[in-house]
Amino acid sequence: MRAPFCALMVEAAASADFVFLTGDLGFKALEPVRDALGKRFINVGVAEQNMVSLAAGLARAGMRPWAYSIAPFIYARPFEQIRNDVCLHRLPVVLVGNGGGYGYGVMGATHHAIEDYGVILTLPHIRAYIPAFDGDLRPMLRLLAHTECPAYLRLGLSEEPKDLAIPPYGAWRQLLERGVSGRATILAVGPLVGGIVEAARNISSERRPSVWLLSELPIAELPQPFVDDVTKSGHLVVVEEHVEHGGAGSMIAHKLLSHRFAPFRFSHLAARGYPSSLYGSQKFHRRECGLDPSSVLTVACQD
Amino acid sequence: MIKRELSSDLLLATKLRLLRMHFEAGVGHIGGNLSSLDILMCLYHQVLGPDDAFVLSKGHSAGALYVTLWSKGGLTDADLETFHRDASRLSGHPPCSGIPAILFATGSLGHGPSLSSGMALAKRLRGEPGRVYCLTSDGEWNEGSCWEALIFAKHHGLSNLTLIVDLNGLQGFGTTNFFSNVAALTEKFRAFGWYVQEVNGHDLVALTSALSQCPSIGVPSVIVAKTIKGNGVSFMEGRMDSHYLPLDRTQYDQAVRDVELEADLVSSRQKDGRE
Repeated sequence: MRAPFCALMVEAAASADFVFLTGDLGFKALEPVRDALGKRFINVGVAEQNMVSLAAGLARAGMRPWAYSIAPFIYARPFEQIRNDVCLHRLPVVLVGNGGGYGYGVMGATHHAIEDYGVILTLPHIRAYIPAFDGDLRPMLRLLAHTECPAYLRLGLSEEPKDLAIPPYGAWRQLLERGVSGRATILAVGPLVGGIVEAARNISSERRPSVWLLSELPIAELPQPFVDDVTKSGHLVVVEEHVEHGGAGSMIAHKLLSHRFAPFRFSHLAARGYPSSLYGSQKFHRRECGLDPSSVLTVACQD
Repeated sequence: MIKRELSSDLLLATKLRLLRMHFEAGVGHIGGNLSSLDILMCLYHQVLGPDDAFVLSKGHSAGALYVTLWSKGGLTDADLETFHRDASRLSGHPPCSGIPAILFATGSLGHGPSLSSGMALAKRLRGEPGRVYCLTSDGEWNEGSCWEALIFAKHHGLSNLTLIVDLNGLQGFGTTNFFSNVAALTEKFRAFGWYVQEVNGHDLVALTSALSQCPSIGVPSVIVAKTIKGNGVSFMEGRMDSHYLPLDRTQYDQAVRDVELEADLVSSRQKDGRE
């Protein structure tokens, strides 16, 4: 997702207020952005606290700063700067984290971001944007270019299913219809939805669960077709590469209960850290946590 | 641009207003407010122009900032009477909204140097005139983020940025010497390549002169203003407890007498000087 992201950043260079800050990351990726932006591309060095406060100062002075690092470094170290300097003042700073979830795989725990949007969304005014496919970036970045609020953009690796017509971008999208005897509604956040859709399409059309994709948090409103689908299937399965606490699953459950609606069954498949104390690729960690397509569909198809 | 609109009468009235506001609100942090007040008054009355911006990094001197804004007509007596009370715009540390002159809610230390660097960078990128000023405490330089900003601003040659350090030598639980040897702060700033000036932070002529001598090309500036915590109040000067403790009635009366007496002395010294 980083290559199309960079291409879009190059396009954004035409806007005179646009400034791009990086915390010394983006080698072999951000060079075109640097070349397009000139003085408005600033490598602030390995200093995330300074980077986020700088971005707040730039935004206070009327500019539109984007601050980039790998996902774990953009929200944890400078959390107080995000809270005090950006969010309290509702400044239009866009924080970009590359490699959300277990994206940096075998690089290890310090390089994973499995509680990023949960932590960030405790703060006022900020919204999280989690593209699932490369194609989501253009409409999402168009929104962010004009945002009046702080935003967090969690980039990952696009896992687009083959031969699937992906609906036009929206915070909520239904990627797969539920079969007449399908027993679950899957709601996924982020790129892992691709593998789940692929696997679900291999199930007989009658027994298929529906698959929904959620790309913006917090949740404003629940779409009625989604609620209707959950009502009919009787089992909501929320899947996300993020820990349970503060995740989309908690938000959905809260929203449903606030609307006096409780599905008959609710499963929340979430990141669980490092259960075996072993490390590997992003796929390895998903399997460890039951987030791989096979594990998800086992939960979604059980009686 | 240096203006000359700060009279000793206004300075005295503002200092007394600060004491009264803290006394009536029953809150402390007076020592660090008294050490900053002359700097803030100098900035707001003699230095800051419409193109300039100011960030108070040492948010615990909010009281001194509020009375300075009051002295400029930006806040009223009615505003100051709400200080530290329910439903006030004037929280104990600068608020994040409600007072347009206050750009950032500070109070957690170590944010101002980066915030002001960001604002100075924006001016640079847009080719806008004016300078960004930021007042920090001395204990604040324990924070790593200050040094991140120091490196950044020098590297980018933000010559439209002036940091002022209120070097009163005392922090929350001891002397700054004891904690991080920031007595050598001046040398450290020089080593980081900044244009450094040392002044008496209670000498308005020296302060004004230093602020007017910040270079406008090449390097950012820092003014190390040597100040006295609890300045002008005999029983507070240089004492740790002035960081936190509120004044009782007797102390308040004594503080008012001290401040008035010192103003008289300064005034007569100035007269003698003229004669």
